[in-house]
Amino acid sequence: MLAKRIIPCLDVAAGRVVKGVRFVALRDAGDPVELAARYDAEGADELVFLDITASHEKRELIYDVATRTAESLFIPLTIGGGVRNVDDVTRLLRAGADKVAVNTAALHRPELISEAAGALGAQAIVVAIDAARRTSAPARRDRRANGSPAGAGAEQSASAGAERGGFAPAWEVFAEGGRLATGRDAVEWAVHACALGAGEILLTSMDADGTTDGYDLALTRAVSDAVPVPVIASGGAGAPGHLADAVDPAAGGAEAALAASVFHFGTLSVMDAKRALAARGLPVRMEAA
Amino acid sequence: MRKVAVLDHGMGNLRSVAKALEAAGADVTVTSDAAAINRCDAACLPGQGIFDNCMANLAAEGLELVVREWVDAGRPLLGICIGMQVLFETSQEGGGSKGLGILGGGVTRLPDTVSVPHIGWNQVESGRLAALRWPGPASSSGPAPYFYFDHSFVPRPSDEAIVTGWCEHGERFAAMIAASSITATLFHPEKSGRAGIALLEEWVAAGTAAIRPEGGPAWPAPIREGDRGA
Repeated sequence: MLAKRIIPCLDVAAGRVVKGVRFVALRDAGDPVELAARYDAEGADELVFLDITASHEKRELIYDVATRTAESLFIPLTIGGGVRNVDDVTRLLRAGADKVAVNTAALHRPELISEAAGALGAQAIVVAIDAARRTSAPARRDRRANGSPAGAGAEQSASAGAERGGFAPAWEVFAEGGRLATGRDAVEWAVHACALGAGEILLTSMDADGTTDGYDLALTRAVSDAVPVPVIASGGAGAPGHLADAVDPAAGGAEAALAASVFHFGTLSVMDAKRALAARGLPVRMEAA
Repeated sequence: MRKVAVLDHGMGNLRSVAKALEAAGADVTVTSDAAAINRCDAACLPGQGIFDNCMANLAAEGLELVVREWVDAGRPLLGICIGMQVLFETSQEGGGSKGLGILGGGVTRLPDTVSVPHIGWNQVESGRLAALRWPGPASSSGPAPYFYFDHSFVPRPSDEAIVTGWCEHGERFAAMIAASSITATLFHPEKSGRAGIALLEEWVAAGTAAIRPEGGPAWPAPIREGDRGA
């Protein structure tokens, strides 16, 4: 049975890991490759490097990071951040990434998704979506989730946020690392991205991110139900049960849960998260890679 | 040190495959040069991406003929993912693309009832040839091992006796096959951690023995008439 995945994410700037980390015994705590090896040994199912390099010239360093990681690690690696065009995607894959995540560039020019998937295959193209809950009630169309009862009543009862205003929750997509509101509906954008060839959706709740209060399960659920591809839930992990919630078919319904700070700061380990999944009877790969 | 040629058809993550084979004990050459390939003991046809692109690149690099002659000579070949799929006759991807046709059967898309692409770690159960000598997951003790998959299409061998490992995602499909000198996996052993390296170790060790007269029984065990059917 296909296992639910637990994915640590490392923020990398100019080839260095930027967030604080707990692995005090490392020779070089800022070396993404050394950190990646630690997570590999802990049983991570996959790794994501998010390149947040600000300066254009130092962006070249991520290719070297991809190469060095792929040479020493034998688990899948996704790289995202600042990917502008098909050439960037191709170079990252050739350097050693297994999948590449696109975000802002795809919002500006959605054809990037179809071009990249057409050249490299949908299985290599992840569309990353940063979404925040809308604060007012927008006009919403009836969104039919796969196999679940349609209609506003069903959606409200299933949605954690519905109780507040009595309307179905909605989320807006943000570009430029969360700085630019796009006006796009997150669920509709996810569906569109998949129609264009996205092979996976990396979904980050900007509301939940950094809170350690748990994932936005209503958002995770809404997107997971609407798209045909796997969804990676991101943002808000603070306890092992949160990751289990994200991938539990009875809650978030995602295929994978991604977390950064809780793993880096040692709040919990990859195996802590996996044990929480296993305790709930969710399929999980328990042996370390 | 066993020499393994990783066939360079300009697609996918060749470096990962090369490094994993090195970790499995092989002396690896990444090349598209026929003479260099022929100096090796075994060959690996890796692959990521799109069926048609892989076929076009194999033809462009002159590798289509190299692969055919290699297999005809009974030399060990390891196909990975798309490198497995192109061994079959046709693929639904791209609407009926033609493959190498070395193995009978077509390649079809996974059903819509599950998330596609099939991405992640899934368990591979031993097929019916598991009792024979072949590099694959243990046939008896313990739970079926997990391997990493990232694909939307699956091969449908016309002869199911070649299937050495089954997987399930929406439907049951061939995750690993062994036929004459061919071993192929739909999953990525180079991305499957220790389980993947262990599998490659077995292939490197067993695969090269087949071409040496003193190397014992032919490997992988050829499909015998008695193994066919039911």
